[in-house]
Amino acid sequence: MFQFQELKKSLLVSLWFAFLTFPLLVIKVDPIERTVLWRWDNMLYVVLGSFAISILVRVFNVQKERRRDRRASNHTIDREPLMQVVLREPRYLYPLAGAALLFALLFPSLFSIYQTNIMITALMYVVLGLGLNIVVGLAGLLDLGYVAFYAVGAYSYALLNFHFDVGFWIALPIGALLAALFGILLGFPVLRLRGDYLAIVTLGFGEIIRLILENWNAFSQGPSGISNISRPGLFGIDLSLEGSILYMYYLMIAVVIFTIFVVNRLQDSRIGRAWIALREDEIACQAMGIDKTRTKLTAFALGATWAGMVGVIFAAKTTFINPASFTFLESAIILCIVVLGGMGSIFGVIVGALILILLPEHLRALSEYRMLAFGGVLVVMMIFRPQGIVANIRRSYHFEKKPGGEGQ
Amino acid sequence: MSEPVLKVDNLSMDFGGIRAMSELDLEVCKGEIVALIGPNGAGKTTFFNCVTGIYNPTGGDVHLHPPSGEPVRLNGLKPNKVTEQGMARTFQNIRLFQNMTVLENVMIGRHCRTRSYIAGAVFKTKATRREEQETVDKSYHILEQVGLADAVNDFAQNLSYGAQRRLEIARALATDPFLLLLDEPAAGMNPQETSELDELIKRIRDGGLSILLIEHDMKLVMSLSDRIFVMDYGKKIAQGTPEEISANPVVIKAYLGEDIDA
Repeated sequence: MFQFQELKKSLLVSLWFAFLTFPLLVIKVDPIERTVLWRWDNMLYVVLGSFAISILVRVFNVQKERRRDRRASNHTIDREPLMQVVLREPRYLYPLAGAALLFALLFPSLFSIYQTNIMITALMYVVLGLGLNIVVGLAGLLDLGYVAFYAVGAYSYALLNFHFDVGFWIALPIGALLAALFGILLGFPVLRLRGDYLAIVTLGFGEIIRLILENWNAFSQGPSGISNISRPGLFGIDLSLEGSILYMYYLMIAVVIFTIFVVNRLQDSRIGRAWIALREDEIACQAMGIDKTRTKLTAFALGATWAGMVGVIFAAKTTFINPASFTFLESAIILCIVVLGGMGSIFGVIVGALILILLPEHLRALSEYRMLAFGGVLVVMMIFRPQGIVANIRRSYHFEKKPGGEGQ
Repeated sequence: MSEPVLKVDNLSMDFGGIRAMSELDLEVCKGEIVALIGPNGAGKTTFFNCVTGIYNPTGGDVHLHPPSGEPVRLNGLKPNKVTEQGMARTFQNIRLFQNMTVLENVMIGRHCRTRSYIAGAVFKTKATRREEQETVDKSYHILEQVGLADAVNDFAQNLSYGAQRRLEIARALATDPFLLLLDEPAAGMNPQETSELDELIKRIRDGGLSILLIEHDMKLVMSLSDRIFVMDYGKKIAQGTPEEISANPVVIKAYLGEDIDA
C-alpha cells in the first residue's frame, strides 16, 4: 500500500511551502499603526492545502506506476477504456447518439427560454471548436488567431445587411467563403512556420483583424459597432422574440449535426489522413508524396469556414456586434475547448465546449474565480491527461485472413 | 550493364562554407542493389537528402529514368514531387507517423497515387469509395509482404524497433516506386531481424525494384549488394563489387586508419 515514505515527502513539501509563503501570507506589517499582524491561520491553510495536493499527486503516480507494472508483468491485452469502446461500436454509439439528439430536440420544451439561449451559445462554441479542431487537432497547426475568422463571418453579414439589406441565408455561405479566403490569406505567410512561431504569427493576425475593425470607422463603424442586424428569416414569417430564439436553437442543432457529419467524413478520408501525417512528421509526410503547401492551406481554409459560418449566426443572434466580441480571450477559450476535450476527437470537442461554456453560466456566483479555475483545470489536465477528456481513436479495419488474401 | 534508373553527376552540397559532399558520381541500374557505405559523417545521408529533394544541391545533376518515358531532372524538385516520380525513401532515425495505425501509415504512402479531395470525402462518391477500398486493399497487401499483417490496427509507436523499420519500408513501397532508397534499414536490429531484412530486400528486388541503401552492417552489405560505393569526407573514394571493395586498401584505411609504421 501507500508508503510511509511518501507521507514524509508530502509533509516536507508542505512545510517547505509554509516556509516560502511565510513572509507573504503570515506576516502583515502595518507601517502607519506600527503593528505587526501574525496570521497563523493562513499558515495552517497553506500547510493543509499543499499537503493534500502533494498526497493526491503521489497517490496518482503510485497508481499509474502500479498499472504499468501490471501491464508489463502479464502481457495481457489491457482493457480499452469504456468510453472508447462505446465510441467505436455502432451498436452502442447509435442509440446513444439518438438519445442525445432526442434530448437536444426536446431541450426547449424541458427548460426555460433563458436556458435555451445559453444552449445556443454553447452549440456555437461546439461548431467553433470542431472547426479549430481541424487546424489544431488534426493538422497540428497551433492557431491562436482563430477568432479573426469568426469576426470576418460576423462582420460580413453585419455589413452586407447594413448596406445592402442582404438576408441571413444568403450571407451564411458568403461569410463562410470569405472566412475561408482569409484562412488561405493567413496560410500563405505562415507555411514555413511551426509551433511557437506559428502561434505568435496567428496571434498577431487575430489582433490585426480586431484592430482594423476597431479603428477603421468608415468601414466598420469602429468600437460603436453595428446594430439592428436582422434575425434569420423563416419564409417571411414574423417571429416573436421567443419564437426566433427557438428558431435559432433548431438552426444551431442543424448546423452542429452538419458540422459533425462533414468533419467525421473528412477525418477518415485521404485528406484527413494527410493532415494527421502533417501533424506527426512534416518531413516524412512530404517524403511520402504529400503536398505540404496544399494540405496546410486546405486545413486553414476549412477550419476558417466554420468560424465564418458561426460568425454570421452570431451576428444574427445578437443583432449587434462590435470588435469587443472578438478579443484574444475568445481564441483562447476555443483553443481550451479543443485541448480540454481532446485534440482530434469530435466527441471530445463537443464535451469540452459544453463544459467550458455551460459551467461558467451555471456557476455565476463564482464568476470572479472563473479565470483562476480555467487556468487550474488546464494545468491539471496537462499533467494528468494530456490527451484530453476523450482521446482520439483511429478507425480500425478488419481483414479476413487468407493466404495472399484480399482485404475486406 | 543494363540501363540506369538513377544517374547522379558531379553532385555537390555546401552548407555555408562547409562542403558536405563534393562532385559525387553514382549510378543505379535496373534491378540492382547498390550500397553506399562510409564512416560516420561521410555525407551519405546528405547525399540521400539531396537526391530526394529535402536539400537543394548546390552543384551537379540528378536524373531519374522512369521505366517508361523521359528522364526527369530532380534538382530543385520538392520531396513530394520526387516521390511522385517513383523514388521513395526511408529514414535513418525512424520517422513514422507515431499516432496513426500501422495500416494508416501505409495508406499515407498511397496519397500521391490517389486523387479524391474534399468534395469526394464529404459526399463519399462512388469514385472515392472505390479509391478508398483500393487503398486499403493495396496497403494490406504490402503489410502482408513485410510481415506486419497482424498489426494493422496497432499504433505505429507500439511496434518493436525492427517492425517499425519494416513499416517504414512498407510505407515507402506504397508509393509505387521503381527505385527504393533505404537509409540504414538494419540499424538497431538483432541478427535474426537483420537476416529477415536481408530476405525482404531481396524479395523487393525480385519484384522488379532497384534499391540504393546506406548501411553499416557489412555482413548485410556484402551479401546483398551488386555494387558498392564508398564515401569518406564527402567524396567518393572507391566503387566496385563487394569483393573488390573488401580488398581495397583505400577503403580499409578509411575505416580502420593507417598503419603507423607504414
